[in-house]
Amino acid sequence: MEVIVVGLNHRTAPIEIRECLAFPEDKIGEALSQAQSLSSLRENMILSTCNRVEIYAAAREAERAVLDLKSFLSQYHHIALKDFEKSLYAFAGSEAVKHIFRVASSLDSMVVGEPQISGQIKAAYDLANQAKTSGYILHRLLHRAFHVAKRVRNETKIGNSAVSVSSVAVDLAKKIFETLEEKTVLLIGAGEMCELAAQHLVSGGVQKVLVTNRTYERAVTFAEKFRGEAVPFGEIDRGLKGADIVLSATDSPQYLLKHDQVSKVMKDRKHKPIFFIDIADPRDIDPRIGDLENVYLYNIDDLQKVADENIRDREKEAEKAEAIVQDEMDKFVQWYRSLDITPTIVALREKFEEIRKKELDKTLSLHPDLSEKEKKSLEALTSSIINKILHEPMTLLKRSNGESTADLYLDSLQTLFKLQVAPPEVSRETPHEALEDPSEEGEKRS
Amino acid sequence: MNIFFFKFAAFLYLVGTLFYLAHIVSLKQSLSRLATTAVSIGFISHSLALLTRYVEAGHTPVTNLYESLSFFAWMIVGIFLACNLKFHIKVLGAFLTPIALILMLFGLALPKEIVPLAPVLRSFWHPFHVFFAFMGNAIFALAFCCGIMYLVQESQLKAKKVGAITKRLPSLQVLDDMNYQALKYGFPLLTLGIITGAVWAEYAWGRYWGWDPKETWSLITWFLYAALLHQRLTVGWRGRKAAIMAIAGFGAALFTFLGVNLLLPGLHSYANW
Repeated sequence: MEVIVVGLNHRTAPIEIRECLAFPEDKIGEALSQAQSLSSLRENMILSTCNRVEIYAAAREAERAVLDLKSFLSQYHHIALKDFEKSLYAFAGSEAVKHIFRVASSLDSMVVGEPQISGQIKAAYDLANQAKTSGYILHRLLHRAFHVAKRVRNETKIGNSAVSVSSVAVDLAKKIFETLEEKTVLLIGAGEMCELAAQHLVSGGVQKVLVTNRTYERAVTFAEKFRGEAVPFGEIDRGLKGADIVLSATDSPQYLLKHDQVSKVMKDRKHKPIFFIDIADPRDIDPRIGDLENVYLYNIDDLQKVADENIRDREKEAEKAEAIVQDEMDKFVQWYRSLDITPTIVALREKFEEIRKKELDKTLSLHPDLSEKEKKSLEALTSSIINKILHEPMTLLKRSNGESTADLYLDSLQTLFKLQVAPPEVSRETPHEALEDPSEEGEKRS
Repeated sequence: MNIFFFKFAAFLYLVGTLFYLAHIVSLKQSLSRLATTAVSIGFISHSLALLTRYVEAGHTPVTNLYESLSFFAWMIVGIFLACNLKFHIKVLGAFLTPIALILMLFGLALPKEIVPLAPVLRSFWHPFHVFFAFMGNAIFALAFCCGIMYLVQESQLKAKKVGAITKRLPSLQVLDDMNYQALKYGFPLLTLGIITGAVWAEYAWGRYWGWDPKETWSLITWFLYAALLHQRLTVGWRGRKAAIMAIAGFGAALFTFLGVNLLLPGLHSYANW
């Protein structure tokens, strides 16, 4: 029994191949069942996001299962294996466990530390549960993976800082205004750049959106997208007076906002703080405006610089996270090595033998007058009782070797008789606990 | 007994300060909770110190410098804990607790015997005067800390250095709001402190106002805060200017309290040692 991973991601495969191999969400259930029918697999689940397609499985025999899954991918998507085999990776055993833990804690993501992946795995796991293709091993594995993700989130600062220009802008706005609620944003320009950045602010809670543009009609249609209000370009000062955040992204060749103009506006607004975000190239806002009191001006380069620094910080934090993954991987591997039946049988026998010896010695010391022959028969009697008791369970165990029932038996035996098979790792949190929060960041599938 | 409670409180403020500083560096929530617990217990012990001293002395224990320092520190911690309940600005502890601690350590170095009450202090108005004045000053201490944080945070944001410091300090808006809130409550208290002081002066020395250094400096302080309040409400002085004013105002308030006693001779010098 072995955990395996077969898949590809944004690093190993170009988008064209990822698209071809992606599983649409509504087809996953069916695909899971098909994969499950492969005789080399015992359990499987499919994770399909825009950056990766991976199948996690518990296999009877790793090498066979990897080959089977590769051809399954090829057949299912009707693509020749040779066209994508170079992009595929496959891991087995501890390597596979490590990979899954790294994916779950967002160490393998394109943007390290991005929060969606955790929810995506949770969704994939739910689908496998619905299709009943997940079992004992995957349950345990996934619960541990969520636990690892949680530890990484709590013990490192990996997901703490903004790494995109738009989210840096939102973070900055919050450092100035505390919250975006009840704030007004003025958009200058009606282009795609503006829309993207504005979206971030709006989802951050901005209450009111004003739009101004050289062509008033465009401002009107653009404003509708955000249920905002269009302001004629000539009345831009009125917009500036009411806005807390100004986002500018036009292709104007010269500065749209002049120093004196904003200086006057600041007096009108009683120096209420204002945050200018200039993401235009060339710039729209005279940089000297940033020197005015209660004015904060960031251009695209400033924002990018902050984002880059945050990315570097994340990479540092990632090292800590790797150590956590390693630690958890060791624990998991210990547990699942203990699923091997031989050590359990040995341990069980030893345990019984130990009890028998101890009790026998007690009895013999109470009756020193017993003859050698009588002692021998006591010896034989006790041994025979133990063998009889153990016979049925042992046979059953041996027969179920490699099946999922064996794992259940082994685990029960180890728990019931407190067997020290491998160094124990018995912190068995309930699934509910382990599953509590990966979904909180939203389960947006890309 | 009161000295024991006082020392125990000072010790816990020290523990609280260390935990708050550790919290700022590591950002671990548990450290901040430990710090708040230490400071809260310290505050209880400090309250007991004041209470037992009141019982032992038979009068409100704000009659010499040691007692005033203790009372002021107690007010600062009280205001901080109340503020902590309402606003959850965790870093504030790392600024205010050390201030209280320094006042306590200063107090520890002073003579602490209970001396018979000077006749001039034997007044109905004296405890009120002290209470209002110190409560006002404690609130201004809060505004002072927020002012410093504001200036640091603002310079970071202006310089586009968005890093560890920015992350640890509250947003400009919160700091500026605190500045205004402190002004809103601190200013009336300061005014009341000065009025009750004048009424007491009438009883003690037979005149409401005599331009004694303490009176003069308290008026200077009052004018600083009055100016800030006025400018804030009329032309929108806020942010940086308000922060600087809060720092200057607290400087003046502190000088009124300590500087005048230690440096300038005057009627209030009875409180010298």
